[in-house]
Amino acid sequence: MKVLVPVKRVIDYNVKVRVKADGSGVDLANVKMSMNPFDEIAVEQAIRLKEAGKAEEVVAVSIGVKQSQETLRTALAMGADRAILIVAADDVHNDIEPLAVAKLLKAVVDEEQPGIVLCGKQAIDNDMNATGQMLSALLGWSQATFASELDIDGDKAVVTREVDGGLQTIKVNMPTVVTVDLRLNEPRYASLPNIMKAKKKPLDEKTPADYGVDVGNRLEIVKTAEPETRKAGIKVGSVEELVTKLKDEAGVL
Amino acid sequence: MAVLLLAEITDGQLAMDATAKTVTAAKPLGDITVLCVGATCAAAAKEAATIEGVSKVLCAEHDLYGHRLAEPAADLVVSLAGDYSHIVAPATTDAKNLMPRIAALLDVMVISDITAVIDADTFERPIYAGNALQTVKSADTTKVISVRGSVFDAAATGGSASVENIGAASDPGLSSWVEDKVAESDRPELTSAGIVVSGGRGVGSEDDFAMIEKLADKLGAAVGASRAAVDSGYAPNDWQVGQTGKVVAPDLYIAIGISGAIQHLAGMKDSKIIVAINKDEEAPIFQVADYGLVADLFDAVPKLIDAL
Ligand SMILES: Cc1cc2nc3c(=O)[nH]c(=O)nc-3n(C[C@H](O)[C@H](O)[C@H](O)COP(=O)(O)OP(=O)(O)OC[C@H]3O[C@@H](n4cnc5c(N)ncnc54)[C@H](O)[C@@H]3O)c2cc1C
Ligand SMILES: Cc1cc2nc3c(=O)[nH]c(=O)nc-3n(C[C@H](O)[C@H](O)[C@H](O)COP(=O)(O)OP(=O)(O)OC[C@H]3O[C@@H](n4cnc5c(N)ncnc54)[C@H](O)[C@@H]3O)c2cc1C
Repeated sequence: MKVLVPVKRVIDYNVKVRVKADGSGVDLANVKMSMNPFDEIAVEQAIRLKEAGKAEEVVAVSIGVKQSQETLRTALAMGADRAILIVAADDVHNDIEPLAVAKLLKAVVDEEQPGIVLCGKQAIDNDMNATGQMLSALLGWSQATFASELDIDGDKAVVTREVDGGLQTIKVNMPTVVTVDLRLNEPRYASLPNIMKAKKKPLDEKTPADYGVDVGNRLEIVKTAEPETRKAGIKVGSVEELVTKLKDEAGVL
Repeated sequence: MAVLLLAEITDGQLAMDATAKTVTAAKPLGDITVLCVGATCAAAAKEAATIEGVSKVLCAEHDLYGHRLAEPAADLVVSLAGDYSHIVAPATTDAKNLMPRIAALLDVMVISDITAVIDADTFERPIYAGNALQTVKSADTTKVISVRGSVFDAAATGGSASVENIGAASDPGLSSWVEDKVAESDRPELTSAGIVVSGGRGVGSEDDFAMIEKLADKLGAAVGASRAAVDSGYAPNDWQVGQTGKVVAPDLYIAIGISGAIQHLAGMKDSKIIVAINKDEEAPIFQVADYGLVADLFDAVPKLIDAL
């Protein structure tokens, strides 16, 4: 079985996000970019499937600007076997919507015929939480979102999902699309020798035209604004003072 | 313009708060039909019919819909979609599972987690863990939208819409339910509670987390947690507040032993009053707290429980 892992290059989660003064978006020039944290977990899971003998090959795919290569090299250094980069934008500020990403991924799935696609549950930039579900719909496959446990058994996968009420376990037909949550595993760091080796692993470069997919956006960004910021309040000196303030000043007790 | 609004139903029970808040958000978009889907949902449909602003309720009761599996429910919604300009649901994990699937089947983009309706095509939504607010305009014929409940007030009840039973769509047979692990609790629901008491890594252990729960019970509050507290096994996953957990906006949020990472703030910074108890006076949580107490939580929390 082959595993396909879509990985997205996003602003590093430690970077303080700044909205551009003209309201056109978030400033991504000269900021640290990294692999979407959920996607690291997906790559890790794919490699573990291979190590457990349940998968033969792990293919990472990214859609975006040319620099997404770096993200794919990270996946290769972690242990993916090869990578596909679909260059769909020439400016890092031009992001591709989940629907278009899902259509491109469907085309890759048609070509590669993986038994499972492991996506992150959401990208931490646009927080859409959509791509995996959309891909599953386009393929007519089963879906298992927000996975915190995954067990593949023949033509079925048993997945435990993090849901509002607690945990839900479902059984899905293979092939399937799984989107992974934070507690599925702890991703490994790539070792230096593996980073060197990754440079020699195959990385194919494609364009949306190769797949005949239109990546035009359905949503137009009208503006991007800073949210209202909260101001720091006061420090209280004791528990008694806190209770008094909450009762008399804030009126919430 | 007409809206199909997916009611939030768990095991036959209507989540009134989440559904009624979504009705408020969807009101400017047109006439609202609520869709209730479940193995048993007649009672939920009856209850949904009392929400003011709802014109009609459709009730699809079938075993197929018993465990909120995405594939059959998506097919049902798609079979009804032709009559509506907007398909709307509260941004719960169920809707997050379902709405993108519906959107892709209709070949439209999903618009997740909106915080304001500007007009029929234009919506505001937070991005980058709430560090930016984006206004987006959709060119799609059908808008598929999930709504962040914490910013809308629940619509009142007192209405009496008609309820119509509808049949099930066909079974795609792609997935099946195995089990639910749901913690039973008498505490208020996290996303609708008036007071939330949250504990972080600073609490130190599952045993000591009982102190956080005791404080919450004294206040009639819901219990929340940071990701670090959940990852460390002090608290269950459904208590996590933040970018990847629940978004809450209670009247009072008390953060105990939580540093205030942006991913945590994303889930609670719209609370009316924020209290932080942390022994590190430099902790970023103090930058958003209305009342900060620099103290050891093992000293402060028992005192607080006694003082209330
Ligand atoms: C209304 C609107 C209009 C937009 N238009 C623009 C625009 O003009 N300019 C702009 O700056 N941004 C724009 N964006 C942002 C962008 O189009 C999408 O929202 C974004 O690309 C995808 O959302 P997400 O990253 O949150 O995906 P999610 O669905 O949250 O991602 C989930 C998972 O899918 C996979 N995945 C997602 N994207 C990729 C990818 N590119 N490659 C590989 N795997 C991937 C990953 O596994 C990821 O973890 C717009 C956003 C919105 C909401
Ligand atoms: C993709 C991604 C998504 C994430 N999503 C979320 C999310 O949804 N929610 C979330 O919460 N986090 C999320 N995180 C994690 C987040 O970045 C932080 O790691 C996490 O919030 C830290 O939790 P904490 O504040 O409990 O722990 P810490 O940062 O370790 O803080 C513990 C605090 O307790 C204080 N303390 C320790 N002992 C005591 C004592 N005896 N008395 C008083 N104070 C004490 C310390 O001073 C410290 O400030 C996410 C991270 C990533 C990468």
